[in-house]
Order: sequence, then C-alpha cells, then structure tokens
Amino acid sequence: MEPEAAKLIGAGLASIALAGAGVGIGHIFGNYLAGALRNPAAAPAQFPNLLLGFALAEATGLFGLVVALILLFVI
Amino acid sequence: MAADVTRLALLEARAQEHAADAAEAAGEGGHGAGAFDPMHQFEIVRLVDIELFGIDASFTNASLFMLIAVSVVSAFTIFSVGGRAMVPGRLQSMAELSYEFVAKMVRDNVGDAGQKYFPFIFTLFMFVLASNLLGMIPYSFTVTSHIIVTFALAAVIFLGVTVIGFIRHGVGFLKLFVPSGIPLALVPLLVVIELISYFTRPISLSVRLFANMMAGHTMLKVFAGFVVAMGVIGGWAPLAFIVAFTGLEVLIAFLQAYVFAILTCIYLNDALHMHH
Repeated sequence: MEPEAAKLIGAGLASIALAGAGVGIGHIFGNYLAGALRNPAAAPAQFPNLLLGFALAEATGLFGLVVALILLFVI
Repeated sequence: MAADVTRLALLEARAQEHAADAAEAAGEGGHGAGAFDPMHQFEIVRLVDIELFGIDASFTNASLFMLIAVSVVSAFTIFSVGGRAMVPGRLQSMAELSYEFVAKMVRDNVGDAGQKYFPFIFTLFMFVLASNLLGMIPYSFTVTSHIIVTFALAAVIFLGVTVIGFIRHGVGFLKLFVPSGIPLALVPLLVVIELISYFTRPISLSVRLFANMMAGHTMLKVFAGFVVAMGVIGGWAPLAFIVAFTGLEVLIAFLQAYVFAILTCIYLNDALHMHH
C-alpha cells in the first residue's frame, strides 16, 4: 500500500475516537439536565463541574483527532 | 559572514516551508476544490530576523501576538480600575468580575494556602483567554494553537507544582502515588497507574488547549472554503454554519481558558494538600 493511502486511511480510523467524545459529552450534559430538573436550586452550584467534565470528555476525543492530524500533516 | 550564514539559513528555512506547503497542498488535493489549505493559517512567519549565538530568536508573528495579548490584558487591568470609582462603570466592572472569578476559583479549589499563587493563576487565565480571543479576529494568529506554546505553559505548571509539592512535603510527597485504603497486593500496580496518570497531566493539559484551538480554527477555514466554492447560489448554508460556529468558538475560547486555569488549581491543590 502506498504510504499516502495508508496515512489517509489511518487518519480516518483515528477520527473514530470522536464518537467517544460525543457519547461522553452527551452523557455529562444529560445527567446534568436530569439532576437540574429534579433539583433546580442545586443546579447553578454544579455548573462549574459541568463545564470541567465537558472539557475533560472533549479533550479525550480530541486526542484521537490530534493523532489523525499528525498522520495527515506531520508524517 | 554571520549575515551570510543567517541569509543562508533563512533561504533554507523558506525552501523548507515551500516544500512543506507543497506537501500539504498535495495532501490537501483530495479535499475538494474549495478547501484551500486550512493549515496555512498556522504558519509561523518571521517578522524581524534576530540570531543570538547561533539560536534563531527571530521576532515572529507568534511573538507579535503574544505581545499584543500581554499588552491588551495589562492595559485592560491597569487602565480600567485607575479611576477607582466606588460604583464601577462598565470597564471597571469587567475587570473586577474577572478578578473575582479567578479569586473565587483559587479559593474554592486550593483553599487559603493557595492565595499566594493567585497572581500566577490570574496571569495564566488572562493570557490564555486573551490569546484565544485574539485568534478569533479574522486574519490574526492564534498563539495557543501551537503545541509548543501550550506545552511550554503546561510543562512550567507541572514542574512548578511538583517542586512546590516536594518543598512542602519533602520526600513524603511521593505518598501522593499511594492511595489510602487499598489491599497491599494491589499497591505496586496502583502506584504504576498513579505515576503514569501523574505524568500524563502536562500532556493532557497542553494537548487539550492545542487541539481545541487548532481544530476550531481549521474547521472555520474549511467551511469558509466551502462558502467560496459554493458561490452565491449555495454559499448561504455554510455561511450560516460559520456564523453559529464562530459563536461557539468564542465560547470555547472562554471555556478552554477556564479549564486550563481550574485544572492548574486542582493540580496545585493536590500538591499542597495531599488528600487523594
């Protein structure tokens, strides 16, 4: 297989990691919404934790995207 | 002689940049007619060539935007509270809000022992925020979209926090890697896992900010290419998406600066008070 083709296929495979990011972010926000609808008074206090959890989940997905970008533009 | 060496190095660097651009263009060839090289915006351009003892210390566009970020933040904080009104106007309100926001973050996450690190956390937060927001200006350069910049920040934070931990607790700082209340058989495995997760902190901290900034700006450029390619007939759909996505990017700029700062506070708290 030519290296150029292998790079593109590898980049496509690495981007599958973003599915995990989508699931994780949806899970976090879904749980926050469920909790906020049950106990609206306690929701604003947990908002910073929501943002932190979102960023951490997104970061893990983006690590996969970084591998894809390395394959496309660096190697 | 030194000028000739510099010129030769500069010519070589430019040739390498051209080769890299050609390789990128070849790699980009399969992306469709409109997507003209979204990676070109991250290129570092030397503005003033300076060579110090064989090291290329040129003033680049990255340096320029770091300077602009620092000037903007300094001007904002110095000149907004200069009037010292008891009932603050808009600008003073903004400065006081950002101060209070970071102060609350440090107080909540590090506690009283962390108050002396507040200037550092505030500087870090405002610098990352200003760099992220400056990158939203069209045709500007996002300083934090380069891994070397974010890695430098994260490495300094990691080393600083580790040194603070060792100064405060001595060799007992290594107890951080031995969580309490686990059966003795599992301790070796858990120590290895804890060590690995500790050492991936600077990597995850830097890559999180870098990937968010680079992916965001690349996406904006790619969709802008679609707008141009689809012309007057079909260009409205990607344009609407870009408008919405730019709003999201501004939100992400704030969010990533906040997450960078709060994770620094959390790591600092781990080092200062070692309850794991």
